[in-house]
Amino acid sequence: MSKNVILKIENLKTWFPVTGGFPKKVVGYVKAVDGVSFEVYEGETLGIVGESGCGKTTLGRTIVRLYKPTDGKIWFKNEELTHLSDKELLPYRRKIQMVFQDPYASLNPRMTVAEIIGEALDIHKLYKTKEERQERIYQLLETVGLVREHANRFPHEFSGGQRQRIGIARALAVQPELIVLDEPISALDVSIQAQVVNVLIDLQEKYGLTYLFIAHDLSMVRYISDRVIVMYLGNVVEEAPSRELFRKPLHPYTEALLSAVPIPDPKIARQRKRIILQGEVPSPLNPPPGCPFSTRCPYAKDICFKEKPQLKEVGGRKVACHFPLE
Amino acid sequence: MSMDIRVEELKDKSLWEPIPESEKMGAEALTAPQVTFWGDVWRRFRKNRLAVIGLVLLVIILLFALVGPLVSPYPYDKQDYNAILEPPNFAHPFGTDYVGRDLFTRVMYGARISLAVGFLAAMVQLVIGVLYGGISGFMGGKVDEIMMRIVDIMYAIPILLIVILLMVVLGPGLVNIFLALGFFYWLGMARIVRSQILTLKEEEFVLAARVLGASTKRLLLRHLIPNAMGPVIVTVTLNIPNAIFTEAFLSYIGLGVSAPMASLGSLASDGVEYIRTAPWLMLFPALTIALIALAFNFVGDGLRDSLDPRLRR
Repeated sequence: MSKNVILKIENLKTWFPVTGGFPKKVVGYVKAVDGVSFEVYEGETLGIVGESGCGKTTLGRTIVRLYKPTDGKIWFKNEELTHLSDKELLPYRRKIQMVFQDPYASLNPRMTVAEIIGEALDIHKLYKTKEERQERIYQLLETVGLVREHANRFPHEFSGGQRQRIGIARALAVQPELIVLDEPISALDVSIQAQVVNVLIDLQEKYGLTYLFIAHDLSMVRYISDRVIVMYLGNVVEEAPSRELFRKPLHPYTEALLSAVPIPDPKIARQRKRIILQGEVPSPLNPPPGCPFSTRCPYAKDICFKEKPQLKEVGGRKVACHFPLE
Repeated sequence: MSMDIRVEELKDKSLWEPIPESEKMGAEALTAPQVTFWGDVWRRFRKNRLAVIGLVLLVIILLFALVGPLVSPYPYDKQDYNAILEPPNFAHPFGTDYVGRDLFTRVMYGARISLAVGFLAAMVQLVIGVLYGGISGFMGGKVDEIMMRIVDIMYAIPILLIVILLMVVLGPGLVNIFLALGFFYWLGMARIVRSQILTLKEEEFVLAARVLGASTKRLLLRHLIPNAMGPVIVTVTLNIPNAIFTEAFLSYIGLGVSAPMASLGSLASDGVEYIRTAPWLMLFPALTIALIALAFNFVGDGLRDSLDPRLRR
C-alpha cells in the first residue's frame, strides 16, 4: 500500500460550550473530542472504535467540517481546511464525503432518489446537459446495486439496506477521495450489514477510495479496516494495524473492549476471561485530571491519576498508557 | 487472545454460493405502486369522513360567497319597505331585515368578508410567520434569541387594544381589523416553524446536504421548509376560524365594518335587537359563522391526521 498521507489531524479539539443562567453565560465545555492526532493513508480503511459517547461521531463530523473545531488542525493532502469559510471549502466538499448512520433519517423524505443524488451533481455542477445528469444518476444507482427504475421513487419506499446504498450513491456522486462512514451499518439488520459492507469494499477497490470507518461493532471493524484507532472519552488511547490490535491489545481499555466481542463458538466463549469494567464513563464535561481511563482501569497506579499519558510509539504502534500491557 | 473470527474464511468466495444474476434484480424490485407524499396524504384524508364533509362544506360556502352576490337579484344595501322583517320564504330564503334588505345576500357578503379575513390570516402566517420562524430557527444563537424575544413581547399586547388604537388613528373600518390581524397572526406560526427548523436542522439529511456544500438558500427552501410544511398547513387551517371569530367579535362590538356593509359579526349584532320578533336575523349569520369555523376545524383535524408521519405505514 502506498503511504501517501491523505488526511492529517493534529491535536484536534471540538468542545461544545454549555450555557446557563440569565443572561446566558458559558459555564463549561463538553470536551467531545479532546486533542486527537492521526494520519490516514491513501487507499486504506481506518477504523475508529469506542463506546457510545466517546466522540467518534463528533470527530467524523468535525473532519467534514459540520462542526467547527475548537483547536487543532485538519490537513487534506497539503491543504489546511481548519479555518476555511464555507465558500472556500466547496472544492474540498467534493473530495471528502460522508455516509450517515441512520438510513431512515439521512434521506430527505420529500425528494425522489433522482433528486437526492442529482442535488450533489447540481451543487458541484458536474454535468453539461440534462441527459448527462440523468445518465449519471442511473449509473450511480447501478454502481450501488440498485436499478434505474428506482430513480423516481421516494425514500420511504425502500428498505434500510437499499436506503443506505442510496446514501452511498449520493456520497459517490461527487467522486470523492475520502469517505467518512459514520456507523453506516449499525442501524441495519445483521443480514443486511454484510450486503452494505460488500458494496463498500467493492467500491473501494474500484475507485481507490479511502475510508474512515466509524463503528462500535468490533468484528465488522476488524473485517474491513487496515488500521484501527481506539477512542475513549474524546482521546485516542491506541492506534495499531487491525491484525495486531486484535491479536494483542496494548491498552487496558482495548483489552476490555475486545473481551466483550461475542464469539460464535460456545466452547471458546466459556473459557475466555471477560473483563468487566467497573463504574461509568466519566462525564466529558469534567474529565479526570490524569489518564482519562484511570477511573475504571484495573491496573491504575498513582501516576495514572495525576499525569495524562501521551500517545507514543511502542513497536510500530501507538498507545497512550503509562503501563502498556505486555 | 482466543477470539478468532476467521477473517480469511469470510473473504474466501468459494465458501459462498452466489445468487444467480437473474434473481439479483428480483431482490431489489419494488412491487408496491408508486405513491408520492401528497398522494399518500390525500389517500388518508379521503378516509376521514368528517374531513371530507368539512372540505365539501368549505367549497360550497366559498362558491356562495364568491358567486352568490353576483347572481342575487337583490343588492346588499337595497331597502324594500314592502318587505320589512319578512320571515324566510321563497323570495328571501333567510328573510329580510328591519329595512327590508335581503338577509341571504347580506350573509353571502358577510361570508365574503369572513373568508377574506381568513385568507389574510393564512397569508400573513405563511409569508411572515414561516420566514421569520425559519430564519430565527436556522440562524440560532443571538439572532434567534432576539427575534424570539420580540415575538414574546408582541404576544403580550392584547389585540383589542391595537384595534382600538388603530381606530383612533384611522377611523373605524375593516382596514383596522385587517391591520391588527396581520400584525398578530404570524406570531404563533413563527414559533411553530422555529421549533420545527430547530429539530430538522440536526437531521442527517440536512447534514448530508451541508456536507455536499448546499447553500443556505438551498437548505432552507429544499430541505427545511418543505419538511416543516405539515405542521404549518395544519396550524394555518386551524388558525383561520380563530381569525374569523376575532373579526366577527370585533364587528359585533362595533369596531369593524360600518353600515351599510355587512359582516357576519355585525349582522348578528344587528339581529340581537329583534331576537324575539325576528329570530332569523340573528340565527342565520351566527349559523354561518359556526359552519365556516366548523368546516375549517374538520379540514384542519383531517390534515393533521393525514400529514402526521407517525401514522405512516
